[in-house]
Amino acid sequence: MLLIQNGRVVDPARSFDGVADVLLEGERIARVAPKIDPSLVASGADRFDASGLIVAPGFIDLHCHLREPGNEPAETIETGTRAAARGGFTAVCCMPNTHPVNDNASVTRFILDRAAATAAVRVWPIGAASRGSAGESLAEIAAMKDAGIVAVTDDGKPIATAKLLRHVMEYARSLDLPVIEHSEDASLFAGAVMREGPASVRLGLHGMPAATEAICVARDVQICMLTRARLHVAHMSARESLELVREAKRRGLPVTCEVTPHHFTLTDEDVVYDSRYKMNPPLASREDREALLAGLADGSVDAIATDHAPHTQASKEVEFDRAPFGVTGFETALGLALEALVHSGRAPLARLVELFTAGPARVLGKKRLIAEGEPADLTLFSTEHRWTFRAAESASKSRNTPFDGRSFRGAPMATIVAGRLVWRREK
Amino acid sequence: MSFSFRHLLGTEALSRGEITFLLDQSRAFQAIQKQPLKKLATLRGKSAVLAFFETSTRTRISFTTAAARLGADTMNLQAESSSTQKGESLVDTVRTLEAMKPDVIVIRHAASGAPHFVAERLGIPVINAGDGLHEHPTQGLLDALTISDRLGRLDGLDVTIVGDIRHSRVARSNIHVLSKFGCRITLCGPAMWLPQEMACIAPNVRLESRLEEALRGASVVMVLRVQTERLQEPALPPDEYIRLYQMTPARLALARPDAVLMHPGPMIRGLEIDPAVADSPQSSVLEQVTNGVAVRMALLYLLTGGAPAAAGAAPGGTPAG
Repeated sequence: MLLIQNGRVVDPARSFDGVADVLLEGERIARVAPKIDPSLVASGADRFDASGLIVAPGFIDLHCHLREPGNEPAETIETGTRAAARGGFTAVCCMPNTHPVNDNASVTRFILDRAAATAAVRVWPIGAASRGSAGESLAEIAAMKDAGIVAVTDDGKPIATAKLLRHVMEYARSLDLPVIEHSEDASLFAGAVMREGPASVRLGLHGMPAATEAICVARDVQICMLTRARLHVAHMSARESLELVREAKRRGLPVTCEVTPHHFTLTDEDVVYDSRYKMNPPLASREDREALLAGLADGSVDAIATDHAPHTQASKEVEFDRAPFGVTGFETALGLALEALVHSGRAPLARLVELFTAGPARVLGKKRLIAEGEPADLTLFSTEHRWTFRAAESASKSRNTPFDGRSFRGAPMATIVAGRLVWRREK
Repeated sequence: MSFSFRHLLGTEALSRGEITFLLDQSRAFQAIQKQPLKKLATLRGKSAVLAFFETSTRTRISFTTAAARLGADTMNLQAESSSTQKGESLVDTVRTLEAMKPDVIVIRHAASGAPHFVAERLGIPVINAGDGLHEHPTQGLLDALTISDRLGRLDGLDVTIVGDIRHSRVARSNIHVLSKFGCRITLCGPAMWLPQEMACIAPNVRLESRLEEALRGASVVMVLRVQTERLQEPALPPDEYIRLYQMTPARLALARPDAVLMHPGPMIRGLEIDPAVADSPQSSVLEQVTNGVAVRMALLYLLTGGAPAAAGAAPGGTPAG
């Protein structure tokens, strides 16, 4: 039993924002009330004084790479989820591009078994859409669904052909699973390491235009129209892509999208010859960043997702052209979101909370709210706590982040999963 | 003007004053090239690593010659014989080279930014001898020296650069040097090799895909090599390139009569340049090569700790047989 007292409960799913106590019993929320008299709670209940803190539904990350099985030197389910807990995440969706690829139920079960044994937070695996994510034939999606996947994708690349995408989406619809697309046109992408623009031309790095992403989003929306299956556009970086998603939503299509903290914080002008600035999709233009921030504020964007992509120092400490794409992201996500949305005055706090909770839950066909009987997953955070992120102190095995040394106003303070305090900030 | 930088990674970050200083220093070494005995003992006991991760003949020989004339030893690493072929990372390779205690490392690499990556990790000066599509700063400096020799000044010239601008590190280094002297730079080439964004990388840069328009009134005409090995796009048929962009006597005549015609080499006669232009009195191709040695001598000298020379005098004094 855990009694969380005096916090400001922000629960966008119920449009609730006010000081309240929350009582957790076992793995569920037992009661939410303006004041819960501790003397009426069974003795032995732990208390958590949340004065001055925000009590939010547990954060969900729709997009991360935990690297296990296959690349344990970069990350494991244990280290990745410990980093997630420090970022305030109570559930993380791990992408299937492991070795072996999560394209069948035995790999899904392996991930869930490892999670049960070692994970700090909930792990919701995402299955491959095609066998080996090779883009040729369907993976064993129904068997993976029974084993516990929450979506399908060939992340790292788009589902190879319109024909295969159509088959995947028709099948996924019948199984009530969303299809997550890493949208990019391979022929425009070839050889590129950053966004094409003044910065890429100045640095002499091969660039890809924004159309690389938007062309594929346009295709994906068309197949969504054909199949009426749920389409979720991953790590959207371009203004043009956002316009396509907006238009699809206007037409009532089941299309959702996510944006990463690095895309709404940095631009291609920040890129230097340092592979910590190399990710895919690459950092976009200032105009794109502004458009993404507007989309996050106005509801066009459904979720903030980290695309946490750990890589070993050895693999990243190479020439920019040769380095793998990807940056870590769990521990800096909330701080960056507060900075870009709330402290900047672009969006109210409830909207930020929605982007980490009810928004991503909706993408997965789940709920996320603070109410009696709901799972006792909560994220407690401060909007004011000043701190500096040090990659060397991260719980992740990897250090590939452009935000090392960045100072933040606002931080995750405690993470509660299934009624259990899995992490609490020390100072 | 003092010498305030530790590496030469590009010309973009150099100030006009620093470029003027480097050109003045290079002139002192130009004089030595005209003497019968060209070798100095100035850098005796010093050594330079020439780490060429991308094949090069002329730039490597130019640096080797420059080092030899200063009395420095050179150690060579070439891509085809290097440990990178065995899977060693760049950082391990250059740390190994550094452990042999050279005084300077000259690096050429196919990846843009590789010299910057190396400079951040080593304790010795790094000279960029060409990185990917990014910069080739010694080429930019030697071209400026050549223009200045020919025309007596750098300021306010009309400069036209013709060819595969997108993939040219020579173009980028020249743009960054010349724009600081108020030159008006016209970039010309097939549209797919002429990114709009090039106009933003420095002041006074414009794009023009019609060669005849680009050449009118130019004092400097720089013809770039068609670097077929770099192309990622579907290549332009060579006949189309020749038809629209080959530098012919008739086209060169559109420039000013005293215009200097430059090419960084190696030239492909009959493709980007008509042999009659390559061999014309306007061509400065061989002076560029000679000046390359002088510029590289000056840089090796300054970056390994030599004191700047008084105007017109070669540092280190007497030739050392």
